[in-house]
Amino acid sequence: MAQVFNRRANTIARLSIFVGVPVVLLILISVWWYYTRSDWVRDVGPAHAVVQPGGGFSHQLHVGGLKMDCRYCHNSVEVSSSANIPSTETCMGCHSQVLHESPKLEFVRNSYVNEEPIQWNKVHDLPKFVYFNHSIHVAKGVGCSSCHGNIASMPVVYKTQALYMSWCLDCHRAPEQFLRPQSEIFNTTWTPPADQIEQGLKLKEEYGIRDSLQLTNCSICHR
Amino acid sequence: MQTSQKINQPVVEKLDELLAPGQTYASVSAKIGDIVLYPVLKTPWGWIGGIAIAGLLLMLYLYSLATLFTVGIGIWGINVPVAWGFDIINFVWWIGIGHAGTLISAILLLFRQDWRTSINRAAEAMTIFAVACAGIYPLVHTGRPWLDYWFLPYPSTLGMWPQFRSPLEWDVFAISTYATVSVLFWFVGLIPDLATLRDRAQHPVAKFFYGALSLGWRGAAKHWQRYEVASLILAGLSTPLVLSVHSIISFDFAVSQLPGWHVTVFPPYFVAGAVYCGFAMVILLMIPIRKLFGLEGLITLKHFDVMSKVMLASGLIVTYGYFGEIFYAWYSASIYEYFLIVNRTVGPYAWSYWALIIFNVLIPQLLWFKRFRTNLPILLVISVAINIGMWFERWVIIVLSLHRDFLPSSWDVYNPSFYDWATFIGSFGLFFVLFFLFIRLLPMITIFEVRDLVHKTAHKAHDQKGH
Amino acid sequence: MSKETHDIQQNSGRSYWRSLDDLVQSSEFQERLAREFPQEAAELRDPVSRRSFLKLMGASMALSSLAGCQFAIKQPQEKIVPYVRQPEQVIPGRALYFATTMAVHGYGIGLLAESHEGRPTKVEGNPDHPASNGSSDAWIQASILTMYDPDRSQQIIKDGQPSTWAEASAALATAAAAAGSGIRVISEPNTSPTLAALVASLPAGSTWYQYDPLSADNTSTGTMNAVGSTNTIYAFDKADVVVALDSDFTTTGPTALRYARDFASKRRAHSAKPKMNRLYMAEPTPTSTGTLADHRLAVKASAVGSLTQAIAAAVGVAGVSAPSLSESESKWVASAVKDLQAHTGASAVIAGETQPAEVHALVHAINAALNNVGSTVRYIDPVGTMNTGINSLAALVSEINAGAVSMLVIADTNLVYNAPANFNIAEIIKKVPTVVHFGLYQDETSELAQWHINAAHYLESWGDLRAFDGTVSVQQPLIAPLYDGKTLIDVVAAMAGNASSTHDLVKNFWQGVTGTDGYAFDKNWQIALHDGIVPNTAAAATTPTLATSFKAPAATTDGLEIVFRADPSIRDGSAANNGWLQEVPKPVTKMTWDNTAQLSPKTAEKLGLKRGDIVKLTLEGRSVDAPVFVVPGQSDDTVVVHLGYGRTKAGRVGSSVGFNAYAIRPSTSLWHGAGVEITKVGEDYKLASTQMHTDLEGRDYDIYRAKTLDELINPHEEKHAHHEIISLFPEWDYSKGYQWGMSIDLNVCNGCNACVVACQAENNIPVVGKEQVWMGREMHWIRIDTYFSGDAEHPEIYQQPVACMQCEHAPCEIVCPVAATVHDAEGINNMVYNRCVGTKYCSNNCPYKVRRFNFFQYSDMETPSLKLQRNPDVTVRTRGVMEKCNYCQQRINEARIDARTQGREIKDGEVVTACQQACPTQAIVFGNINDPSSKVVQLKALEKTSYTMLDPLNTKPRTSYLAKLTNPNPELGGTHGDA
Repeated sequence: MAQVFNRRANTIARLSIFVGVPVVLLILISVWWYYTRSDWVRDVGPAHAVVQPGGGFSHQLHVGGLKMDCRYCHNSVEVSSSANIPSTETCMGCHSQVLHESPKLEFVRNSYVNEEPIQWNKVHDLPKFVYFNHSIHVAKGVGCSSCHGNIASMPVVYKTQALYMSWCLDCHRAPEQFLRPQSEIFNTTWTPPADQIEQGLKLKEEYGIRDSLQLTNCSICHR
Repeated sequence: MQTSQKINQPVVEKLDELLAPGQTYASVSAKIGDIVLYPVLKTPWGWIGGIAIAGLLLMLYLYSLATLFTVGIGIWGINVPVAWGFDIINFVWWIGIGHAGTLISAILLLFRQDWRTSINRAAEAMTIFAVACAGIYPLVHTGRPWLDYWFLPYPSTLGMWPQFRSPLEWDVFAISTYATVSVLFWFVGLIPDLATLRDRAQHPVAKFFYGALSLGWRGAAKHWQRYEVASLILAGLSTPLVLSVHSIISFDFAVSQLPGWHVTVFPPYFVAGAVYCGFAMVILLMIPIRKLFGLEGLITLKHFDVMSKVMLASGLIVTYGYFGEIFYAWYSASIYEYFLIVNRTVGPYAWSYWALIIFNVLIPQLLWFKRFRTNLPILLVISVAINIGMWFERWVIIVLSLHRDFLPSSWDVYNPSFYDWATFIGSFGLFFVLFFLFIRLLPMITIFEVRDLVHKTAHKAHDQKGH
Repeated sequence: MSKETHDIQQNSGRSYWRSLDDLVQSSEFQERLAREFPQEAAELRDPVSRRSFLKLMGASMALSSLAGCQFAIKQPQEKIVPYVRQPEQVIPGRALYFATTMAVHGYGIGLLAESHEGRPTKVEGNPDHPASNGSSDAWIQASILTMYDPDRSQQIIKDGQPSTWAEASAALATAAAAAGSGIRVISEPNTSPTLAALVASLPAGSTWYQYDPLSADNTSTGTMNAVGSTNTIYAFDKADVVVALDSDFTTTGPTALRYARDFASKRRAHSAKPKMNRLYMAEPTPTSTGTLADHRLAVKASAVGSLTQAIAAAVGVAGVSAPSLSESESKWVASAVKDLQAHTGASAVIAGETQPAEVHALVHAINAALNNVGSTVRYIDPVGTMNTGINSLAALVSEINAGAVSMLVIADTNLVYNAPANFNIAEIIKKVPTVVHFGLYQDETSELAQWHINAAHYLESWGDLRAFDGTVSVQQPLIAPLYDGKTLIDVVAAMAGNASSTHDLVKNFWQGVTGTDGYAFDKNWQIALHDGIVPNTAAAATTPTLATSFKAPAATTDGLEIVFRADPSIRDGSAANNGWLQEVPKPVTKMTWDNTAQLSPKTAEKLGLKRGDIVKLTLEGRSVDAPVFVVPGQSDDTVVVHLGYGRTKAGRVGSSVGFNAYAIRPSTSLWHGAGVEITKVGEDYKLASTQMHTDLEGRDYDIYRAKTLDELINPHEEKHAHHEIISLFPEWDYSKGYQWGMSIDLNVCNGCNACVVACQAENNIPVVGKEQVWMGREMHWIRIDTYFSGDAEHPEIYQQPVACMQCEHAPCEIVCPVAATVHDAEGINNMVYNRCVGTKYCSNNCPYKVRRFNFFQYSDMETPSLKLQRNPDVTVRTRGVMEKCNYCQQRINEARIDARTQGREIKDGEVVTACQQACPTQAIVFGNINDPSSKVVQLKALEKTSYTMLDPLNTKPRTSYLAKLTNPNPELGGTHGDA
């Protein structure tokens, strides 16, 4: 009786096994990879900068240009878990004199007059079950730019790191790679020296940073 | 068709026969093939009724799982201390049932047991469906089932891996391996028969369906030779699995430190138990099917006789385990172990322990007698009893150990809720829907092996005549 | 204070992990609340009682959390909203603490309230305050939840219509003017000097009545009759022998915290030459204090009188004859008396407020005879008013009947619910032309009032209160009133036509008192606010003049006796809508969400009743149906019922829970009375008790070790030789760094539940409702196990706080497939909620069963006001994850980070766990076990008494216990003396 399939069926069968299966796997893996690791999903890089009210606050101008210290606005960074987002009052501290009629600053003045807080868009947004503490990191030689990048060059702030847990662990497992002297903490353009590792180890000693075994305890960040 | 009519006439059953007299190659292919190739409209009412009921149960199952996902596992009766209930009981019970299939198809193949031929296909199918039913429970018994993929070791952005010391983690690998190998083994075994069906099929759809599945099998010597090698390798792979899977399941309990769980004898005792209820289930399925499709000629009393013996043997091992537990309680001199036995025998759940003893220890003793082993109605009752008994064994191990452990202050009771029952009974729906589809769409008996058997018997007969 | 808030709004989807960020300015917040709970919808939301609520809730919650967190492709954009003007002392991310004061029976308890960006989230005792000494109780801990209760009255109501304070105050002024001398104010007891002054400024003839259904009238009357003073203060830290006559002095009344602390200080036997006080207790039903007793005599409440009389006669109080006693009673009395006389000047006899005045009078005579006066007992000038009970209510009623009352202000007291049954007060109140109701809730009483004025919670109010010893402390608000609530001071001021704010009224009053003003006063004012007490304001001591003759107390009544008691959790019922208090298992019975008719085993048998039967209790023709609960150690022929349940208009949590014992409580027998009939009307009532089994099953040595002082001093050889248990795993090195450990002293724990609720407040532990508790799914991280040993008539009652033991060999850890529970380097068993998949295997393998599982979405993610209460430092758990005690990890981390940023080590006592902080008897000690100087190390070193639970399992718990010690009188033998 007649064959159900002609000879070519065999080739198709072989192809689907030796080519089809790997291709499908590859597609699945790359979709998963993209979904969990792409800049788009994690909003990393200038391309994914968040639009802020009133065109936002230019760190490039204030930090890069005017050389303001981070702590002028983020004044609790050394004493609290939260670095603090400055109150409108802080802005008005200068802008009641400087550019006090600039239309660009309308929204700040409105906020001040109407007692309505400015609703900024959150850029670095950790999950609510992660308890990050700025003060300890700053105190133990982790500079702002290690996580926030070179803020001084950003007209609008964007994420330079995807903030994965594994990324946190990279440092908690071997802090020496990123430690810097206290003098450099707020230097947004700091680059590690050639001998970073040995410098780092020295600093680790000075700061009395605990070994990775303790730094990687779940309870360090999760409660 | 003619041929098949012929063997449908009642045959005198003799116990030493694995085949009723008068079987020819053609008759075998016809007999088994036609069950599958019946035109849809000629489907026996028994089958339609069966799958209809099973389908309803399946709906119940899906409903309760949906509720489980949306509302939470609080819909079950579990609590603290009894944090595992029907979910894990059913899981262990189903996975145990699976074992008989693999045992029959793999180990008996290696031991060249002819009597396995006409039952191994169905038994393997049963294995796969049982494993499917079993595998669902550990997946849905978690509080956040949508995160179950965390059980798998993969490079995640969390920089976290599973915790490999946990027996539950071992289960993940044990069960997935078991399922994979079983499916492969089953499918490879199907190929020659699928080809047979392809050749016998009239309807183009059927032709295409079986043709595709039979992967271009032409019965060439080369095919057969490779087929033999493949099935031997798979049999070799499955054999250790029969032992390993349930051993690992038993570690879920043995590795913990709860009285009644922390027992070194668990692995062998669990495997024996699995074989025990597995064979009971095979018998349970075979008796009606044989009737429904008139397969008396191919599944003879000899089969039931042999399977009953296996049940009796494994049953005795299990019984030994029960006495063992009582012995440890006394020998360990641990007040907690001792209390466990007291609680089992006279505690609030004593009825379930005694039910277990009756179903698993007393009733199966009938199997010592040939006339019970070959009396199908009674055999049916006994296998039902064993399946119930083995379910109670898991109930006793899980609930009775948990509900009263170390601190009397934390003692509590466990009342199964409607959803506990729904997820349990519902899983039968899944099992039987799959099984009914199987017997309708695939040859439930290995055609070519039975042909081979026909050949052998013929020769045997011939030789006897000769001298 | 809450005007400016640091707000991070969130998309609903994400808000499910931690709700603290959900802060909003109080005005907006009110709108949102209004939207959430429109007044018209009151009926709609009431049926959603938490109990049935939970089952339904699961679905919606699960879906929203799924939608929000599992299926969202990208994380939703969150807002971050800074202050417009940041208040100076506020540092986002750091808590602030303010001293304030809470009223308990009208007396002040000094507190420290923790505030996160303007939200009070927790209250602790104020160490400087005499009444609290830094500790607190379940009632105080739960008060924070009441403030955020969404069922609180949220606006002023006139004749059922929403109104405003402007209208109300005007109306009050005119009404008051019209009423003139016809004004009557009835409030719960209140010791506020400012308020007193204001009331005095009302038109002449107007009277201020104070009524408390749990009033200690008997005490003050008795004291007055005996020594011509009303306020007694005991010094239990000086008493070697204490005889308590139906007095639960370590947990009831405004002095409880102080007395518990003092009593415990005499009970610890840690020194090389251990000494302990000895407590004789006679009471009808086991109380927290009773469980501490060395000789506990279970007697009918009415028999306590004769016991007192017998003691009085024996110590030679003039003109008192010895009554006839049962053999067991006289034995108990004899040895008690002998002990007392052996410790004259260092002993104390105290009677409970439920005992008649005669008993109290005798007690003072006894103390005088033992010349304890001046040493362990002293008397002070009255603080607050004497009549706060039935007499003042009766007076008011007769005035109303006489038509003398034209305007009645009912403040903070729910008369219609809690007045004696025979008054049928509702009818009486209807006779008054103008009725104003003032309170936190619209309750049973508010329905009868033309005006309802919603009260401010004490954490929202300015005010002043006096402690039991007269010490004044200022009440300062932690947050602006969430619903613009008013204070009683506001109301009375409005009636007096005085429009100034409470703050000004209080401040001005004290300015007047002190006479100083300007800078000097402001300075002192600031100090008073900061310290929480006004120095040198304690009442002066009075020299008692002992009466010459004493009335003999009534004789013991025959037959079945009914005993009314305040509920151990919700007390008089005013906190019935507080889920924490409803769900905390009551001492001894471990009952939640219900009150019961308690019977002794013998009596139950005699009446043919068993646990769970439903009986009809009939007294003076009134009757209620109650479920039966059999309590070992209760006196025979006694049926004990607790007040505070059966509310009809309490709110979604408290309405129609339990039965209303007030409905059969006559003014003639407020605390106990004869002639109660009991008939079975049903059975199988669902009792949600958290402990099914109270027998140690002979596992005492592994679980709960109890010895007598004598056995401690000269031990006979150990039955249980301790053999070294070896582990197959290599030992982990815990010798370096901080290693946290805890020691719990069973000897001073009275099972008062302060720790349980404190933990609930600190760690965002949800309430699950009766149904779930009944199924064995309560969520408390620390629980108090109760065991009875000995015979059911006179059992020893053991109380044992159990939380996660932080095992060094933790059985839970090896079985978790996803490493969601692991050990950290400081020896704490971490539970990582966000990693937990919920296999529950850890719970199965935990021999202590201290793990709790979120079977449903228990944490309320929807009610805005409840979100505000949450502790921002602790993750709010979602459905399907396991949780448990972690030694208050958040507090440890905070201390560690502070210490390390300041480059120092954590000092001993710097980290205090919530349970430890609350404990009135300081039974819980926590610290670093690697620091040899730490308190916890010294306690763990007491190898005669220190032990770890289930140590044959070799789990190596970090929490150890100090064995229970009793100090029985050799004459009485066995520790449960008597009979």
